[in-house]
Amino acid sequence: MIRRLFIANRGEIASRVIRTARRLGMTTILGISDADRASLPALLADEVRPVPNYLSIDATIEAASAAQADAIHPGYGFLSENAAFARAAAAAGIAFVGPDPATLEAMGDKLEARRIAMEAGLPVVTGREGGYPLLIKAVAGGGGRGMKRVDREEDLSAAMAMAAAEAEAAFGDGRLYVERFIASGRHVEVQILGDGSSAIHLGDRDCSIQRRFQKLVEEAPAPFIPDDKREALRSAAVRLATHLDYRGAGTVEFLVDAETFDFYFLEMNARIQVEHPVTEAVTGIDLVEQQLLIADGQKLALRQEMVRLEGHAIEVRINAEDWRRDFRPSPGIVRRAAWPAGPDIRVDSHIASGGAVPPLYDSLIGKLIVSGADRAEAVTRLGAALEAVDIEGVETTTGLHRKIACDPRFVAGGVDTRFFEGFADA
Amino acid sequence: MSADLPLSPEDVAEIVAILEGSAYDRLEVSTTRFTLRVARDGGGWSQEWAWSAPPAEAVAAEAAPRAEVGEGLIAVRPPLPGTFYRSPQPGAPPFVEVGATVGPDSVVAIIETMKLMNPVHAGAAGTIESILVDNAAAVDGDAVLMTIRP
Repeated sequence: MIRRLFIANRGEIASRVIRTARRLGMTTILGISDADRASLPALLADEVRPVPNYLSIDATIEAASAAQADAIHPGYGFLSENAAFARAAAAAGIAFVGPDPATLEAMGDKLEARRIAMEAGLPVVTGREGGYPLLIKAVAGGGGRGMKRVDREEDLSAAMAMAAAEAEAAFGDGRLYVERFIASGRHVEVQILGDGSSAIHLGDRDCSIQRRFQKLVEEAPAPFIPDDKREALRSAAVRLATHLDYRGAGTVEFLVDAETFDFYFLEMNARIQVEHPVTEAVTGIDLVEQQLLIADGQKLALRQEMVRLEGHAIEVRINAEDWRRDFRPSPGIVRRAAWPAGPDIRVDSHIASGGAVPPLYDSLIGKLIVSGADRAEAVTRLGAALEAVDIEGVETTTGLHRKIACDPRFVAGGVDTRFFEGFADA
Repeated sequence: MSADLPLSPEDVAEIVAILEGSAYDRLEVSTTRFTLRVARDGGGWSQEWAWSAPPAEAVAAEAAPRAEVGEGLIAVRPPLPGTFYRSPQPGAPPFVEVGATVGPDSVVAIIETMKLMNPVHAGAAGTIESILVDNAAAVDGDAVLMTIRP
């Protein structure tokens, strides 16, 4: 039984994990960097422990041990998919809320992940025999970091250098690989839960609206996928999880051809995702709770037939960026933060009035999640809820999302990953 | 550090539902720990929280070298505020040295901002006249990183 949970993360996901852990009766201990001392999660946690940053394995394990934590939740990003961190936690006698180190290693190496996916019978995108355009990806990658599209041979070496630098900075591993670029593709992913012996799925999400491979809008379920293809996608994800004896919450990402709905395995994220709330909204299942139960060694109490998907949910990421000026980051103090409220609206944010957005970390300041009986209702609600967002003091992407929410292509649904090209300037 | 979370999102939704059925369009609750304002905002409702914490320290304005750009020289500025790096990765040779010949699209440095690496392009053809910022220094968006003699 987990009694003392150490949270090795910051921002909205730290607040999110604290909320569920508290509901389950756990004492929450948050590691905080100097820049985050006055943050909302630091205020909400039962206890705080200083850490020099969110990437130091030794310092984090030391802080968690000193706090007598019996489990560590790594959130997303930072150390969440770091096998060495998971091993260090185990060596210190602390349960890591996430998959086994061997799984993290296998899925963290994107080439190895492809090999295992093929072994489990999943289709993958082939290499560069098709010529240009192609995609450079980081072997240790994830979350779109270190990913570049290359259209011409002469741009290849500069793009490789940049991608390697980004990968080196983000993951400490600059190795790259190359994939054919599929022009009209949709990004569809399947949420899975596994307890080491069995695995189930919690439906799919569509995250096709991206800018430079960073997701902006996510929804569940993925709109307009034919039933047979949807079923095939979901069972492919479960097949991979079962093949891995997967333990924890994870997401299997696919590239889906927007015309034929043929799908290809992209990668598996062995952690909680930023966009998990849309799945929670349509299933009524608390994913962080499931993660904690599994980390506690319990078997899945959920069976596939108990998972009922109802309605439609959409999440937009509000970032501290000036979207009219090429998404220039906009760190600073938020003088006023008014978020929408009401039924069918959820806001996951660590930013209240007076809150700080430090320049050191990523720019996410909050997620707005709306749900409805169907997609049309959710879209209408999204437009209305965005009108109530009022963030002063830093620039945000709220205006961009207002524009997306009334774009006829988005309203119709089922857009591909090209949706965003040229959108912000239009 | 709190003994208990004040109000859950479900509580706030309930407050909205109560207000919705009332003649009021605004509710403000202030305690020693927080202020919550729920208000009718256009067609919908908004929630605004403020926490009685030590005020967030001002985000320190990053030191930006303010160099004069000499007559006839062209300044290279970063595309964004962030951390300036002269080479693609630690230990690798710098993109350019003083005296290097560059074209407008040449990558002369990278800037890391909010975890993203952004190339700095020369922006003009010429030779690198000076490099004014140290590797790994924090710069704002108006800093002059280098100068180019066209």
